[in-house]
Amino acid sequence: MTALVLIEIENGKVRQASRSAIAAASRFGEVDALLLGDAGAEAASTLAGVRKVLHVPALTHALAEPTAALLATLAPSYSHILAASSSSGKNILPRLAGLLDVQPISDVVKIEDESTFIRPIYAGNALATVQSSDSVKILTIRSSSFDPVAETGGNASLEVLDAPADEGKSRFVKLEQSQSDRPELEVARVVISGGKGLKDASNFHNLLEPIADKLGAAIGASRAAVDSGFAPNEMQVGQTGKVVAPELYIATGLSGAIQHLAGMKDSRVIVAINIDPEAPIFKVADYGMVGDLFEILPALTKAL
Amino acid sequence: MKVLVPVKRVVDYNIKPRVAADGRGVETQGVKMSMNPFDEIALEEALRLREKGHASEVIAVTIGPQVAQDVLRTAMAMGADRAILISTDVDCEPRVVANLLKAVVEKEQPGLISMGKQAIDDDMNATGQMLAAKLGWPQGTFASQIDIADGHATVTREVDGGTETLALTLPAVITADLRLNEPRYASLPNIMKARKKPLETLEAASLGVDLTPHLTVVKVAEPPQRTAGIIVETVDELVQKLKTEAKVI
Amino acid sequence: MSQTQSDNTTAIEREEMAFDVVIVGGGPAGLTAAIRLRQQQPELSVCLLEKGSEIGAHIVSGAVLEPSALTELFPDWPERGAPLHTPVRDEKLLFLTKKTAIPIPALHLLMPQMNNRGNYIISLGAFCRWLGEQAEALGVEIYPGFSGADLFIEDGKVCGVITGDMGVNRQGKPKPDYTPGMILRAKQTILAEGARGSLSKKAMARFDLRKNADPQTFGLGIKEVWEIPAENHRPGFVQHSFGWPLDTHTYGGAFLYHFGENLVSYGFITALDYRNPWLSPFEEMQRTKQHPAFKKHFEGGRRIMYGARAISEGGLQSLPHPIFPGGVLTGDCAGFLNMPKIKGIHTAMRSGMIAADAVLEAIQTEQTEASTYMRALKASRLWKELSAARNIRPAFSHWGMLGGAAYSGIDSMIFRGRAPWTLHHRHADNHTLLPADKAPKIDYPKADGKLTFTRAESVFLSNISHDDDQPVHLHVGDMQTWKEVNLARFAAPESRYCPAGVYETNEAEELVINAQNCVHCKSCDIKDPGQDINWCTPEGGSGPNYPSGM
Repeated sequence: MTALVLIEIENGKVRQASRSAIAAASRFGEVDALLLGDAGAEAASTLAGVRKVLHVPALTHALAEPTAALLATLAPSYSHILAASSSSGKNILPRLAGLLDVQPISDVVKIEDESTFIRPIYAGNALATVQSSDSVKILTIRSSSFDPVAETGGNASLEVLDAPADEGKSRFVKLEQSQSDRPELEVARVVISGGKGLKDASNFHNLLEPIADKLGAAIGASRAAVDSGFAPNEMQVGQTGKVVAPELYIATGLSGAIQHLAGMKDSRVIVAINIDPEAPIFKVADYGMVGDLFEILPALTKAL
Repeated sequence: MKVLVPVKRVVDYNIKPRVAADGRGVETQGVKMSMNPFDEIALEEALRLREKGHASEVIAVTIGPQVAQDVLRTAMAMGADRAILISTDVDCEPRVVANLLKAVVEKEQPGLISMGKQAIDDDMNATGQMLAAKLGWPQGTFASQIDIADGHATVTREVDGGTETLALTLPAVITADLRLNEPRYASLPNIMKARKKPLETLEAASLGVDLTPHLTVVKVAEPPQRTAGIIVETVDELVQKLKTEAKVI
Repeated sequence: MSQTQSDNTTAIEREEMAFDVVIVGGGPAGLTAAIRLRQQQPELSVCLLEKGSEIGAHIVSGAVLEPSALTELFPDWPERGAPLHTPVRDEKLLFLTKKTAIPIPALHLLMPQMNNRGNYIISLGAFCRWLGEQAEALGVEIYPGFSGADLFIEDGKVCGVITGDMGVNRQGKPKPDYTPGMILRAKQTILAEGARGSLSKKAMARFDLRKNADPQTFGLGIKEVWEIPAENHRPGFVQHSFGWPLDTHTYGGAFLYHFGENLVSYGFITALDYRNPWLSPFEEMQRTKQHPAFKKHFEGGRRIMYGARAISEGGLQSLPHPIFPGGVLTGDCAGFLNMPKIKGIHTAMRSGMIAADAVLEAIQTEQTEASTYMRALKASRLWKELSAARNIRPAFSHWGMLGGAAYSGIDSMIFRGRAPWTLHHRHADNHTLLPADKAPKIDYPKADGKLTFTRAESVFLSNISHDDDQPVHLHVGDMQTWKEVNLARFAAPESRYCPAGVYETNEAEELVINAQNCVHCKSCDIKDPGQDINWCTPEGGSGPNYPSGM
């Protein structure tokens, strides 16, 4: 069996999420990578565990229509076709599946065997084990569930492919990076949240923002903090607010009401900082620290 | 131009899903069911396109048993002109849904399909893309803004780290993300009026689509409970652990 | 289109629709009335409003159903698939002390009203969903997700209701999707809102319906549903308890029913005329589960639902005049519940049927008042039942738990409910609290997260939907009064009696209202000492979403 992974390049490097997808793909056998656009060929060829890089320099913007069409021509050589569960992977792979009349499998968190996978449903409130009868399996991979392969150490061969003929139905106009330095709460890799323990709105900003700046984190808030006017509504993490699942979630001065826990329990690593050692947040935290926020948070800012 | 809006009946987003004790799935009997929230947004967008004069008719379509009609009534109460129920008791996977919708598209010939980016039950995020592929239409997924002019749709998409804008030649499939709009209420007078709007039922079997799934659910389980980790004493220790042990910073 | 004056006196354009009958509330009383109307007169246009997101969404009950009223409504209910699946097979009444449970022998003699032979353990939520289907099949127009926000009054007569406005922000200003409520005109309006209905309260005040009645007295029922291992499940098992953990001045107790597919319904009712402001009905409910007589039933199980609702306990003495110009009161918003029997479903259904007949007659004879309602009630089996039970609940208020129990035995065995006197309810529930410094504090055990839980964990299971950006629907009259009376004198009792954690006192000693937690039980509206908390209907569809099984 051989797997093909559609990889993504960011600042000349292969994205970590793509490297996680390669790690997942290596479970099935040998791995080839498909690289779109003119950048990143070198980075791709040194990836650990990749046999061959198929490079399509002409597909700069990774539009779904030509990319899926190209993938459909490559599909017969592969048992599995994978991508990260990124906005690009989720845009392209289901379209490929549509062309092949295959049922794609999104957000795989665990591979049981070559045709059996585990994926979250109902916003992570349940895990479904699913089995595919398709001859080629099309998967998107939750990067937090697979340790990425190393950026170096590999020596893949490089094969340049032509883009398929453009039908011209879809045209790239522009890409705009988020203006704010602070990422959106739902997609942030790191989230730092504050609760009532921060006492007032100015503490909320003055203590959390420096840490958020250093970590490139989004800022969240507990319901109590929102109700007390420390933070606007859209920052609230929890049942009627937002559900987040970042790589790192730092909860400060919030006890961990069940609604809040429901909104962040899928985070990969949870840190809790609170004065009350009995606070429920500690029951879900990987790392807890008991103490005074007004000492700990400035010290943390310094230490980062 | 007709706009087709596929909608799905799902467990209401306020309900905390409960995994059935025997692991066969999530309990859906006797719980409040509603229109998938992303589909509401897609419908709202279609209604706004009609109100701006870009669309002549908005048609809601769903697939499911007879009770799935209620989401079509809601769609018509919000403003859809008419609705189609593709009637089947089979639980259809996105691939089958796309095949069934393709059959409806061939019959109705819409100029645009506006649908939610994913359903909040199976979270698959695939049907729109698959339907576009099967029709050979361009796709604008995860849309946060749509402008229609001269047979084109300019779609702003939510992508990792920002937004991307595409120009699509119509007909096209557009899937709605959260920030596209704020859907309207179905007001009581409109709910009353919606009772009289036309609702057509098509037997799924009559559309010539094989409903057999390619993906079967073996088991559904609750996610493992998180357990308490360790208590660190100093900020330095915390930073150290995050760097070397958890490798998140 | 009509114009109505709202509280801030700006005229609002409202759409209108006319029906013969508008019913407010999709519980057993309202649905039965709707069904009966269409059974009697298929031409009648009947509209039923339900503030929950669907029929059943706000329904909480034990529930053991005495099926006589159902049989009267639908003699063929088994063929219609009514969800009566678990007949009562075995029942126990226990008097609890802290460690022991003493079964009350010969229950059928001592407390014949408690005898459940021939009854069924049901989910009232499932039952109401079924009644809703029957009603719709008969042509009743049911609109869930819309609250009756106000009575629509013309010429001193109720001419229907005004539904709640949608899309108003927290500050009371219209949002972009603002949709004003609609006027639903009706020849007759049936209020079937359940205990302490907000329109019923308005109707009683406006038409002085309570002038010859004792004050109503209420109980707060808090309930959980558990799913337990099949090997421990005893379908049809019924257990009630009294005694521990309540003090002897507090009426109430626990219920536990095995029903359905491995489900156990457990709940606790605390009479809201309790005296000790430190008492927490929620914590009483939680700690009773730790008693050996209850604990074993939850072993290996998981809690899957939580809810709470007030019930009317006063009986006939507290019944308001149930007729007003243009409409009637039915079910528990009037107070037809039979407390000694701990049953209100069949009585609600009976009152709904009787009301439907009277309302129909009023429409046919073009009368403003359904005047035959009272006469028919007095001639009914319902009245006879409530009359026989009338002295038992007040006996507990007069003589405490043991005296009340003794009186109950005597009343039932010797007088068979026909005692030549009537005991009265002397106080409304908001007048019974002792000052906090005159009452013993209660030390409740901490939740263990397995058998016992916190309010926050519990309310999470109620599936509450509540748009944060809407006006707070719990109107507190005056924060200064709250500080001086509720906080200073009674140590903020609302933070304890509210089963959903809506009320909190913050560090600055201010009242915090977490309206988004509200499960619509109405206890605050009832128990607030100064009657300063006014429960108003939030945006339609708000509140809990109890699944079938509740």
